[in-house]
Amino acid sequence: MASVVLSGSLQQLAGGDALVEIEARNVKQLLRMLSERYPALAPHLEQDSFAIAIDGEIFQDVWFAPIGPNSEVHLIPAIRGG
Amino acid sequence: MNDMTSPDLVARELKIVGTRPLRPDGMDKVTGRAKFGADMHLPNMLIGRVLRSPHAHARIKSIDVSKAQALKGVKAVITSSALLDQPSEFIPAGEMMVNYRDITRNVMAREKVLYEGHAVAAVAAVSDAVAAQALSLIDVDYEVLPHVIDVEKAMQPDAPVLHDDMYTIGVEPTPTKSSNIAKRVEFGFGDLDAGFAKADVVVEREFTTKPVHQGYIEPHACLANVSEDGQAELWCTTQGQFIVRAFCAKLLGMEVSQLRVTASEIGGGFGGKTVVYLEPLALALSREACQPVKMVMSRTEVFQASGPTSGAKLWVKVGATKDGRITAADALLKYQAGAFQGSPVQPGAMCAFAPYELENVRVIGFDVVVNRPKVAAYRAPGGPIAEFAVESVIDEVALKIDMDPVDFRLKNAAKEGTRAPYGPKLGPIGLVQTLEAARAHAHYAAPLKANQGRGVASGFWFNIGGETCASLNVGEDGSVAMVVGTPDIGGSRASLSMMAAEELGIPLEHVRSIIGDTSSLGFNFLTGGSRVTFSSGMAVVQAARDVIEQMRDRAAKIWEVPVDDVEWVDGHARFTGAGDAKSLSLAELAATAGKTGGPIIGNAAINATGAGPSLATHLVDVEVDPETGAVTILRYTAIQDAGKAIHPSYVEGQMQGGAVQGIGWALNEEYIYDDNGRLQNPGFLDYRIPVCSDVPMIDTVIVEVPNPRHPYGVRGVGETPIVPPMGAIANAVSHATGVRFTDLPMSPPRVLDAIDSQ
Repeated sequence: MASVVLSGSLQQLAGGDALVEIEARNVKQLLRMLSERYPALAPHLEQDSFAIAIDGEIFQDVWFAPIGPNSEVHLIPAIRGG
Repeated sequence: MNDMTSPDLVARELKIVGTRPLRPDGMDKVTGRAKFGADMHLPNMLIGRVLRSPHAHARIKSIDVSKAQALKGVKAVITSSALLDQPSEFIPAGEMMVNYRDITRNVMAREKVLYEGHAVAAVAAVSDAVAAQALSLIDVDYEVLPHVIDVEKAMQPDAPVLHDDMYTIGVEPTPTKSSNIAKRVEFGFGDLDAGFAKADVVVEREFTTKPVHQGYIEPHACLANVSEDGQAELWCTTQGQFIVRAFCAKLLGMEVSQLRVTASEIGGGFGGKTVVYLEPLALALSREACQPVKMVMSRTEVFQASGPTSGAKLWVKVGATKDGRITAADALLKYQAGAFQGSPVQPGAMCAFAPYELENVRVIGFDVVVNRPKVAAYRAPGGPIAEFAVESVIDEVALKIDMDPVDFRLKNAAKEGTRAPYGPKLGPIGLVQTLEAARAHAHYAAPLKANQGRGVASGFWFNIGGETCASLNVGEDGSVAMVVGTPDIGGSRASLSMMAAEELGIPLEHVRSIIGDTSSLGFNFLTGGSRVTFSSGMAVVQAARDVIEQMRDRAAKIWEVPVDDVEWVDGHARFTGAGDAKSLSLAELAATAGKTGGPIIGNAAINATGAGPSLATHLVDVEVDPETGAVTILRYTAIQDAGKAIHPSYVEGQMQGGAVQGIGWALNEEYIYDDNGRLQNPGFLDYRIPVCSDVPMIDTVIVEVPNPRHPYGVRGVGETPIVPPMGAIANAVSHATGVRFTDLPMSPPRVLDAIDSQ
C-alpha cells in the first residue's frame, strides 16, 4: 500500500492523522479514497487543485499518474507561478 | 502525461542548443514593427474607457448612465449587468482553479467597490475625448464605508469586513463569524520545541514588505471585435491567450469556440498579465455596439487597478548550534491579498525554508483581504517576500556564531534527497553548486571600503509544467513553421526553435517560430511558472520526433526498405542496411511529400511533468551614504542553476532582470496610500523602479545541474532570480551600517532614520 503523508492544514483536517496507508493505483483513485475516509478533507481537495508528489516527483492535474505499492505520496498545493 | 526522459540526449554533442544566436524577434522590436497590445487597429474602431471608484470601500446604491448614453458619439455603456454573475466556487479554468464570482466582481464592481480604481462602468465612443466626456456624465451614488489597507489591522476582530460571506478556511472548526482572513495554511514537520532546545543561538525578528507592482512598461491593452452573430475576436497583451479565452467566455456566457484570442507582442508581464481586466469589458462593449472596441489603460489605471504583489508582515525564528547546524526554523507569514482572496502566501510558505535541509520546521501563513487592488502573480509569487525574512535571519545567525554566511548555507543546504519543508523529497538540485561558485567567485573576496557592505542570499522556486501543445509544419522547401501556444515573454521563440532545429538536424534559420492564436492549437496553459522553455520545449521536441518518424517512414517507402533500416542523422534520412549508402535530406523529403503521403506535420499535445526546481545564490556589494541614507549598488553577481541553458544569453537576461527588479523592491518601490485609502504615487515619477543608471552591470554565473526529466535537462529560470535580491541587499546594507534592516523598501529616509537612531 502507498503511504500518504499529511502535514500542516491537511493533517488537521484529517483528524490529526499524519500517515495514511491507501491502496490506490493512481492519483484519481487516491483522491477519491482520501475524500471518502476524511469528509472534512474532501472540499479542500476539490477546491484547492492539489498537486501530488509521488516519490518526490510533483504531478499537477494528472489523474492517471501511477502510484506504486510502496510509493510515498504527499499532497501539496498546486504551484502556478508568474 | 509525458515520458520524455532521455538522459542520452543531455550527453550527446549539441550543435545549436547552448549557443547564442541572434533573437528571432530582435529585428521587429528594434525597428518598431513588433505589434504590441495597443498597436492593433480596425476600421470603425471605437475607444473604450472605464469609470473607476474614487473610494477605497463603498456600497453602490445606484448608477445612472442615461446622460452618458444620450451623448452624441457614445455607442455603448455597460455596468456589471453586462457580465454574467457567477456562483462562489472554485472551478477549473484550464490548469487553474478560479473563483469566477471574484473575477467578475474584480473586472466590474457589483454590490460594492473594494478599492480605489475599482471599475464601476465602461463606455465605448467614437473618440477618446467623447468617451472621457461620457464617463463624467455617469452618476454613481455611493455609501462610503470604513476601509482597511493594513494586513494586521484587517485581521483584527473589529476591522471593516470586505466580504460578509468570507469564513476562514484551513481552521477547525470553521469560524461562524465572517472576517478578512480568507485562509490559514501550515507546512512543516518535526519537533520545534526540541529543535530550539538544542540550539546554541536563536534569532527571532519581525519584518514588513510593501506591495510592489510588476512594473511592466506596456500597459494593459486590447482590441475586441464581436460580430452580430456572436463570433468574436480579441487581440490583447497577455501571458496566456487560452486563459483569457476561458475567463472571457465564462464572464460573457460564450462558448470558447466562438472567441478567438491572439496574443500580441508583450512589453513585460512578470505574472501581472495572467489575469483579465479590460478584455471582458471590451468584448461586452463591442457586443453591444457591434463595432470593434479598443481599450488601453493609462499608467495611473495600471497602478490603481491591476494587481501588484502582496505586502506582508512576517516573523521568522531560527535556531542553530555553534558549529553551524540549524536545529529548528519557524515562520509566520501574513500576506495581503488585495480585495479578493488569493495572495501567494501558500507558495511563499512552501518556499520560505526550501533552500535548507531541516529536521524541525514550521511555516504558518494567512491570506488576508484588504481594500487594495487584487494582487496578481509576480515572478516566483510569494517566494521573495518570505525568503527576504528568512535569508535575513540566516545571515544574522551566521554572524552570531561567527561563521561565513556562504559556509553556513553550505552546511545546511538542501540537496538531492532532502525532505522539503512542504513534504516531498527533492530530486537533483544545484544549490550547493551555486554556493560553491559564490565562494570561489572573485567578487566574494574583493575588498570593501568604509560605509560599504556585502550581502549574500539564496533562493528557491519550484517551476511547473502543464498543458502544452506544439506543431511543426514542414514546408515544401524543407523549412519549418513552428507553432506554439505560449506567448514569448522571455526569449522562448529562440530557445524553442533552437531545440526544434537541434532535433531535426537543420540550420536554426530554417525554423520560423510563431505564437499561435487560440484556434490554431489545443489548450495551452499560460506563460508563467518558468514553464515555457521546459514545457513547450518538451512539446517541440516531441513534435520534432514525430516529424522525424514520418521522414524515416517516407524514406523507407522511397527506398523500398524496412523503416528500421533508416536512421535520422544531421537532418538526413540514411539507409543503414546492407548495400549502397542512401541519404535523403529533410528538404528532399519535403519536396516529394505530396507524392509520398501528403504534407508532413509534427504534433504534440502533452501535460508536461517533471519540472525541476531552480536555486540561486546572489552576492551584492552596497555603499550607504551616511548623510542621505541613499544606498548605491556597487557590484552584483547572480549565480543560478539553469539545468541546461538552451540560449545562455537569455538565461543571463532573466537572471539580470530578476536581480534588477529585486533591487527596486529592496530599495525604492512601494505603494503609498493616504488616510482615505487613495493611492498617492500611481506613476513612474513617484513610484520609482530602477533605471540603467541605478544599477551596475549584473554579473552572472550559470550553473548546470541537468533536470533528468527534460530531454535537454532544462529547468525554468525566469522566477528564481527575483527571490534572493531583497535578502542579499538587506544583509549588505545591515553590514554597511551596523543596523539590521527589517522593513522594505530601504529607501533613503528609512535608512537615514535607522542610522540616526543607532
